[in-house]
Amino acid sequence: MKESYEKPVILKLQMGLMNKFGASYLKRTRTEIDGVPVNKLIEEFGSPLFVFSEKRLRRKYKEIYNAFATRYPNVQFSWSYKTNYLNAICAILQQEGEIAEGVSEFEYEKARRLGIEGRDIIFNGPYKPSHILEKAIREQAIINIDHFEEIYDLEEIADKLGQKVKVGIRLNMDTGITPQWSRFGFNLETGQALDAVKRIAYSKKLILNGLHCHIGTFILEPRAYAQEVEKMVKFAYQIEDEFGFKIEYLDIGGGFPSQNRLKGIYLPPELAVPSIEEFAEAICDTLLRSLRPNDFPELILETGRVIVDEAGYLISTVHAAKRLPDGTKAYVIDAGVNLLFTSFWYKFNIELDREVQGVFEPCVIYGPLCMNIDVIDEHTQLPPLPRGTRLIISPVGAYNVTQWMQFISYRPFVVLINSEGKIEVIREAETLEDVVRKEKLPARLKLVQ
Amino acid sequence: MDKLARLAISEEGFIFDPVSGNSFTTNKTGLFNLKALKEGKGEEEIVQALTEKYETTKEGAEKDVTDFIEQLRYYRLI
Repeated sequence: MKESYEKPVILKLQMGLMNKFGASYLKRTRTEIDGVPVNKLIEEFGSPLFVFSEKRLRRKYKEIYNAFATRYPNVQFSWSYKTNYLNAICAILQQEGEIAEGVSEFEYEKARRLGIEGRDIIFNGPYKPSHILEKAIREQAIINIDHFEEIYDLEEIADKLGQKVKVGIRLNMDTGITPQWSRFGFNLETGQALDAVKRIAYSKKLILNGLHCHIGTFILEPRAYAQEVEKMVKFAYQIEDEFGFKIEYLDIGGGFPSQNRLKGIYLPPELAVPSIEEFAEAICDTLLRSLRPNDFPELILETGRVIVDEAGYLISTVHAAKRLPDGTKAYVIDAGVNLLFTSFWYKFNIELDREVQGVFEPCVIYGPLCMNIDVIDEHTQLPPLPRGTRLIISPVGAYNVTQWMQFISYRPFVVLINSEGKIEVIREAETLEDVVRKEKLPARLKLVQ
Repeated sequence: MDKLARLAISEEGFIFDPVSGNSFTTNKTGLFNLKALKEGKGEEEIVQALTEKYETTKEGAEKDVTDFIEQLRYYRLI
């Protein structure tokens, strides 16, 4: 009878470098996603493969919506398209009660194509060419103005249509955090925002009925939102009192963190990331404290990442193992930064599809691209992985399937495990034909006649 | 393999290098390989011995022995 085998490993003992939190190698095995075996998914659709969990997505939306709706009477969520604009994801969130938030002609048209009415689309962003702005106005979309030029564009469109147009303006402000996002909208502290209101009031072509702000991204400080809300309410009443516009909505943007781990943050997300309840409490308490009696403007939230990030997984496969000259173990997997754009700032949770015996050792995980930047994890601890081991990488639901790129290789299938545990394809894998369809080869350059 | 000869290796896989003062730890197959190398066995012989004693394939053992020797080289143990 032969003995069980494990890969031979030798490790140098380092004295004086103990982590005060202790090295805890959690059991990180995942054989299924929502009851569907990882192997079955890969057999059917190949590796790599993006997998979304409808159950997790709906549950997360409800959890976050309820955190706000139980604290404030007039809450509306607006799905941030740039976070994930796969039709199936947008449709699920629309079913749950979200409206849409787009920041470009493409996103606006994608939402309309999906069947979302113009009046259920918030149109944000610094670049709204006149033709799409006019279309959005005709379709009664909610428009938040980014700069003075846009005010002039809107006034022209109002003249053309012979009607007054309802608009909101985007603000930027100091909320006590850095970096302060100052490139979008009108600054509050310098008086620029007030100038914008004056201009709108003076022309009498637009009706200012909303304020919008988005203070940053992956914000770990609930008090920053409290500051934002306090300043927005104060400014809203100044507008109402001095100019007679009734502010009907306060759109506080998004930027809430998911349970992902930002590179450079020492503590794990369960310790570093405040709960959504803490954010909701800071926001709604401040709102109720600052608003005048019986005034409950609509509170709009454009949360993207925190809703969808944890619903997404990427299954990838170990293609090769190698040893670097400095002794570090390296793995080459079949998914790279072309698919996982967020790997530039996140340290993902990496789970294995099987129990692997052996000593954990420091290693680096490379993607398949022949590019030096293609690194999924610069430093992690893994047991010796045999070729073919599946790595289940998460959370990857936010920004990856929008910011991914067709570069060097094809983009893979994206599947959804629906609420009944059935697999549904929500995006086909790319083929060579998909990639070259838009190319034109002049006849004189044809190599094959 | 002179460097290997000077190492103090315990049955539990603790290794001490009296020249550099460094300590190392290894697992049971690592210990098996180290002992074999110390005895002057070649890679092919070690692979053969591993497949006879443990549940592993020749191909798997070959890759692992190559990688193990690379680790020893990095730690300047061979």
